[in-house]
Amino acid sequence: MSMTVEERKAVNKALIDEVLKAYPDKMAKRRAKHLGQYEEGKPDCGVKSNIKSLPGVMTIRGCAYAGSKGVVWGPIKDMVHISHGPVGCGQYSWAARRNYYIGTTGIDTFVTMQFTSDFQEKDIVFGGDKKLDKIIDEIQGLFPLNKGISIQSECPIGLIGDDIEAVSKKKSKEYEGHTIVPVRCEGFRGVSQSLGHHLANDAIRDWVFDKLDGSKRPEFESTPYDVTIIGDYNIGGDAWSSRILLEEIGLRVIAQWSGDGTIAELENTPKAKLNLIHCYRSMNYISRHMEEKYGIPWVEYNFFGPTKIAASLREIASHFDDTIKANAEAVIAKYQPLVDAVLAKYRPRLLDKTVMLYVGGLRPRHVIGAYEDLGMKVVGTGYEFGHNDDYQRTTHYIGDATLIYDDVTGYEFEKFVEKIQPDLIGSGIKEKYVFQKMGVPFRQMHSWDYSGPYHGYDGFAIFARDMDMAISSPVWKLAKAPWKAAA
Amino acid sequence: MAKLRQIAFYGKGGIGKSTTSQNTLAALSEMGQKILIVGCDPKADSTRLILHAKAQDTILSLAAEAGSVEDLELEDVMKIGYRDIRCVESGGPEPGVGCAGRGVITSINFLEENGAYDGVDYVSYDVLGDVVCGGFAMPIRENKAQEIYIVMSGEMMAMYAANNISKGILKYANSGGVRLGGLVCNERQTDKELELADSLAKMLGSRLIHFVPRDNIVQHAELRRMTVLEYAPESKQAQEYRDLATKIHANAGNGTIPTPITMDQLEDLLMEHGIMKSVDESQVGKSAAELAAAAA
Repeated sequence: MSMTVEERKAVNKALIDEVLKAYPDKMAKRRAKHLGQYEEGKPDCGVKSNIKSLPGVMTIRGCAYAGSKGVVWGPIKDMVHISHGPVGCGQYSWAARRNYYIGTTGIDTFVTMQFTSDFQEKDIVFGGDKKLDKIIDEIQGLFPLNKGISIQSECPIGLIGDDIEAVSKKKSKEYEGHTIVPVRCEGFRGVSQSLGHHLANDAIRDWVFDKLDGSKRPEFESTPYDVTIIGDYNIGGDAWSSRILLEEIGLRVIAQWSGDGTIAELENTPKAKLNLIHCYRSMNYISRHMEEKYGIPWVEYNFFGPTKIAASLREIASHFDDTIKANAEAVIAKYQPLVDAVLAKYRPRLLDKTVMLYVGGLRPRHVIGAYEDLGMKVVGTGYEFGHNDDYQRTTHYIGDATLIYDDVTGYEFEKFVEKIQPDLIGSGIKEKYVFQKMGVPFRQMHSWDYSGPYHGYDGFAIFARDMDMAISSPVWKLAKAPWKAAA
Repeated sequence: MAKLRQIAFYGKGGIGKSTTSQNTLAALSEMGQKILIVGCDPKADSTRLILHAKAQDTILSLAAEAGSVEDLELEDVMKIGYRDIRCVESGGPEPGVGCAGRGVITSINFLEENGAYDGVDYVSYDVLGDVVCGGFAMPIRENKAQEIYIVMSGEMMAMYAANNISKGILKYANSGGVRLGGLVCNERQTDKELELADSLAKMLGSRLIHFVPRDNIVQHAELRRMTVLEYAPESKQAQEYRDLATKIHANAGNGTIPTPITMDQLEDLLMEHGIMKSVDESQVGKSAAELAAAAA
């Protein structure tokens, strides 16, 4: 950390140039637009984004089906989500993303179950609509307490032109207006999972909101404090450790999108007074729609680390009356001893450690504050499927000369780490073992490495413990090969 | 036994591919050739003149009933017709659903794996309309048909389709060795049809292998679900098909890699033969009212 900002910029530039040398000219030219570093005062991170990955590289991205089934729809717990097409996509997305939920699985909730139409050759040749029709009958028979069905299209559905919308309408009519949602999230569409989020949002708009029957839930009584949590998938319980804070400051959470969420919560959301957005990338579309159509304002917040939590609680409270504002201050004060204890224990152990991140959604920026609370410094970050508005928002979090890598390739990421030698990497399962074998501590920042929650004050304590556990593990002292030690 | 010859008939929809191919194959069987017809059209009408049947059970419909194509035996799908010609129909979905192209691929793989080609001299594929997708290109890929015969007429759209099919052949010509065997002109009695067909064949780097004159006896035979060869073996038309069969039989190894032409070249060809008037470019896209206003 003895380098000045100018020195770091020079090092980063040389590093990017070196990495690009491995590519043919045309490819180097295209990848160069995705690699850069933040220059203090600029409105974005200076990289292009949301562009097709190049053939021949190992991209870390997913597909539109992953974005719809895996992210947005999958966690809605009282619906059955059909992976419509050949069995592989369903098999590999089975059990979702550790989106915790309360319920009796197989009776009234279905998140960790897997439903697939298991396409065979004849379904491709003759079309799969009849099979889909039959599957819906079977679901209704076997799981009568399901509150809705979504159809998550795999690639062949779009290729052979199945009319899943017609089947959905027909079956919905047959089952007295049962919610049946066709989603055209074929994996070949778009450049990443990002389009899947958008398509899934649009499907909620068209097949849930636009089919709302005003008389359906007369028992719902509005209060002035009704808010929603949007874009929290309750990974390891994140939405729960967020929700308690909102409730403690006097707000009523009427819906969770979509971790531990229900179709009834989605349907009630247009009655909210304020939509609270955690993952902007995956759910800004529906939030903007609700703002336009129902006049519901929305606010982005960040519940990673005490600094951002406090700022977010104050920001949220500012949309309400003085009681709520006072409550926010009281809640922040209440948790201060917990924060102090966590910092007293872990900050000295983690002070000045460097981190490189590469994740999706909101995390390449949102978790930075939590690391900084622990005295750590994020020296590089990038998004799998971010858009330019994500990189604009990132500028509020990062310091001058932070290395930025959009849609990073396996090769680039390895090279960057090799040269920068951070003390910790936060990325996904596909990256984990590569870096651990290089002797670099690693935490999965998609699944929290089967830990969590990381949101809220409670989550911060777990986050701090986990980061310390990864970095301070004695195993790294043993990672040096004996024959190298001799040399 | 001579080496197995695999040929395919392509052409615009409704041009008479199935009729021409079945008559020609009947004539080939008269010459002592053992023949297998593989219908690659969801309508499944490639074998009705040989089998005297409306339509035979298709591979894909039987596979759908049985569960999958792996549940079928060759005997289930193969029928024997006129002069012991073996017939199979690939079949496919009803119009507007599913993927007929994948059906063709499935069927041909099934036939090959189950030895349908053993003991025959000729395999003939009868493929619908145009090479619309990869599935309908299956018969011209590696190790399938070596020679393609394009059935066409002097009509502009039939010639356009012939050119498109040539593009499909060209795509696979270098990887798989498929060749254009020639054009078969099925007379529609359009102006200067023979000259036109002959010129097009030359421009495509091929030749007009036979000009089949129009004769109502073909329709008479068809109404009886028969080939002309069987219905009226002594007729002049039967002899035409025998001539075509003889030419095809002698054409082994004479196929060429086609040289498809552009739409402009095709229009020039029609103008050369006086079928189409020269286009005044300044009038393209103008309505009658606009032209009248411009003239005034």
